[in-house]
Amino acid sequence: MGGIPHDHYEPKSKGEKWLHERLPIVGLLYDTLMIPTPKNLNWMWIWGIVLVFTLVLQIVTGVVLVMHYVPQVDMAFQSVESIMRNVNGGYMIRYFHMNGASLFFLAVYAHIFRSLYYGSYKSPREVTWILGILMYVLMMGTAFMGYVLPWGQMSLHGTAVITGLFGAIPFIGESIQVWLLGTPNGSISQPALNRFFSLHYLLPFILLGLTIVHVWAFHTTGNSNPTGVEVRRDSKEVAQKDTLPFWPYFVIKDLFALAVILALFVAVVGFMPNYLGHPDNYIPANPLVTPAAIVPEWYFLPFYAILRAFDQEVWLVIAVNWLTFGIIDAKFFGVLAMFGSIAVLALAPWLDTSTVRSGRYRPMFKWWFWLFVVNFIMLTWVGARPAEGIYPYIALLGATYWFTYFLVILPLLGVIEKPATPPATIEDDFNAHYAPKSDGDKPAANPAE
Amino acid sequence: MLRRFTLTAVAAFALTTGQAMAAPTGGEITDFDFSFEGPFGSYDQLQLQRGLQIYTQVCSACHGLDLVAFRTLSDEGGPGLPEEQMRAYAAFYEVYDQSLLEGEGDFRPAGPTDKFPGSNLSSAPDLSLMAKARAGFSGPYGTGISQFVNGMGGAEYIASLMTGYLEEPECALNGGPIDGFYNVAFSVGAYPDSCLDKKGKRTVPGSWIAMSQPLWGDDVEFADGSPTDVESLSEDVAAFLMWTAEPKLDARKQAGLTGVLFLTVLSVLLYLTNKRLWAPHKNKE
Repeated sequence: MGGIPHDHYEPKSKGEKWLHERLPIVGLLYDTLMIPTPKNLNWMWIWGIVLVFTLVLQIVTGVVLVMHYVPQVDMAFQSVESIMRNVNGGYMIRYFHMNGASLFFLAVYAHIFRSLYYGSYKSPREVTWILGILMYVLMMGTAFMGYVLPWGQMSLHGTAVITGLFGAIPFIGESIQVWLLGTPNGSISQPALNRFFSLHYLLPFILLGLTIVHVWAFHTTGNSNPTGVEVRRDSKEVAQKDTLPFWPYFVIKDLFALAVILALFVAVVGFMPNYLGHPDNYIPANPLVTPAAIVPEWYFLPFYAILRAFDQEVWLVIAVNWLTFGIIDAKFFGVLAMFGSIAVLALAPWLDTSTVRSGRYRPMFKWWFWLFVVNFIMLTWVGARPAEGIYPYIALLGATYWFTYFLVILPLLGVIEKPATPPATIEDDFNAHYAPKSDGDKPAANPAE
Repeated sequence: MLRRFTLTAVAAFALTTGQAMAAPTGGEITDFDFSFEGPFGSYDQLQLQRGLQIYTQVCSACHGLDLVAFRTLSDEGGPGLPEEQMRAYAAFYEVYDQSLLEGEGDFRPAGPTDKFPGSNLSSAPDLSLMAKARAGFSGPYGTGISQFVNGMGGAEYIASLMTGYLEEPECALNGGPIDGFYNVAFSVGAYPDSCLDKKGKRTVPGSWIAMSQPLWGDDVEFADGSPTDVESLSEDVAAFLMWTAEPKLDARKQAGLTGVLFLTVLSVLLYLTNKRLWAPHKNKE
């Protein structure tokens, strides 16, 4: 790997040399683990480890659940209840898996917002960012299909809503819906359950593969950091002033953060495992009874709110409908808005025109960013409210700001904003936080070496 | 059948485009104090036994518990019946066994591994998971704060439903006859137009439920002389149904507590390790 100059693995013994000449795997692991990491990373740089841990947790608990789960429409619900009642420790495995999805999304949102604030997505890290968005979309697909498997009321009717979105695409929508469900007329039965089960097992492993590529990408460019200033790469000695090796400094730091987060997570699993879920999913799926309100899991709510925000009373929807001779109706407009909201997120590296990476040195950006965070929380809340009274207006306001942030504010701020000057080096930033060094006080030797 | 499938999907999709069906305004749910609330709460074994008795003598006339095996009545963290008592209790029920009469099938008395019979009435839903399936009130304004602070869940709903049979409100008397019984906790039943205001908003809480009032007080007699007023009976049966929905609650909370304590200690140790590790670089030596 290119990037920041650092020590590489040198095989010492005969055996090590023998292996290294044939497969340099130890060297690869060594270089990955000892990667020079900016020493000024703050606590928002811990979410990557939380995400990797959660992915592994979901895979491990998921594999055990599959040993007891029956993907058959008449038995799926009972088999999940059997896990809860008859499998040793099954209630904990299932609750860990169920709430693990929430932890996963909490962490990914924190991770994404960190990138947005500190401009981590900017050149040269666009590929890392795009991979990340791709993984996020895969996560959403996986989580959605996993929610279908218990075959409760929300599983079934949520599937009807989500696959109905594809059905709203003009001309080809119906065919896509049939292709997704495996049955015509939007009916949801055994073929849908089978393919969702298959994909729910497959996608996490693709996620695992993409995780490795994601790490590879930012190990090539080096981590971003709160100043947005790059690590100096003139020589190994200079680079060492800005960085510390990942092991042990950041491994221990990340593990500490992970332990704190897991303590909270275990409290949720142990004391209130159904708090984040929807009670209707404890009713077996029944196509003849539609729940009073169909609400997705909390982590989908911002996008669900955007989907519902554009109803046929919004002037923009009416105008587009008229201009496209009715091809884009309110339904399809909502679908486009929902997918568009993720598309503009993916395009952030090119929409953000500011030459300064980190939001820390951007006085105007800060305000718009925090408003974006508040807006996100508001959309999450309004997504769960019924689409009546004042709520559709709030949703429309939130959806409008989402697009304005990416399409207007980010491009414009780069032109009109006068950013502060970031510190010259990461070392300067680090020393500004911790009392300045005297000359003789060299960093201690790396204990791992 | 297929058409109705499609209709459901269409109805579901209509929601997403803003033509939402009226959301339930929610019934009036009272906050009861149950022993199993909070991180340290656990089931009250005697209360579960009383609830089992109420279920047996009242609810089981119409409802079933088809996810609950008789053997679990002897489990730890449940009603904890002694084994002989549990076997004798199971034998009161008859279950259909396909293996009898050389594959023709016949009824036989239930054993420990059998489950409670389900309901034969389509209008009487199974009660196994009712306490978890009806925990859907999360006020105020959908934030779930009151649910979090007061520990309110499905058991509160069931107890509120049992005690929620009040006299019909005056507005209902003006309209035509309504099927069912007025209940302030039940929100998804029939509702007379005469009780809506000009904007179509509901003026009285609750709605009309098909089930007639099941508990009136003194419906059962407890061997230990526990109170048998409507409220006490409602709480007892709600606690029992919470157990049928979440039989491993005690063990789960225990595991949660152990996990939190372990991770707290681990966090402290990792914090100290991290501090020590970084100290030379942060000039704190």
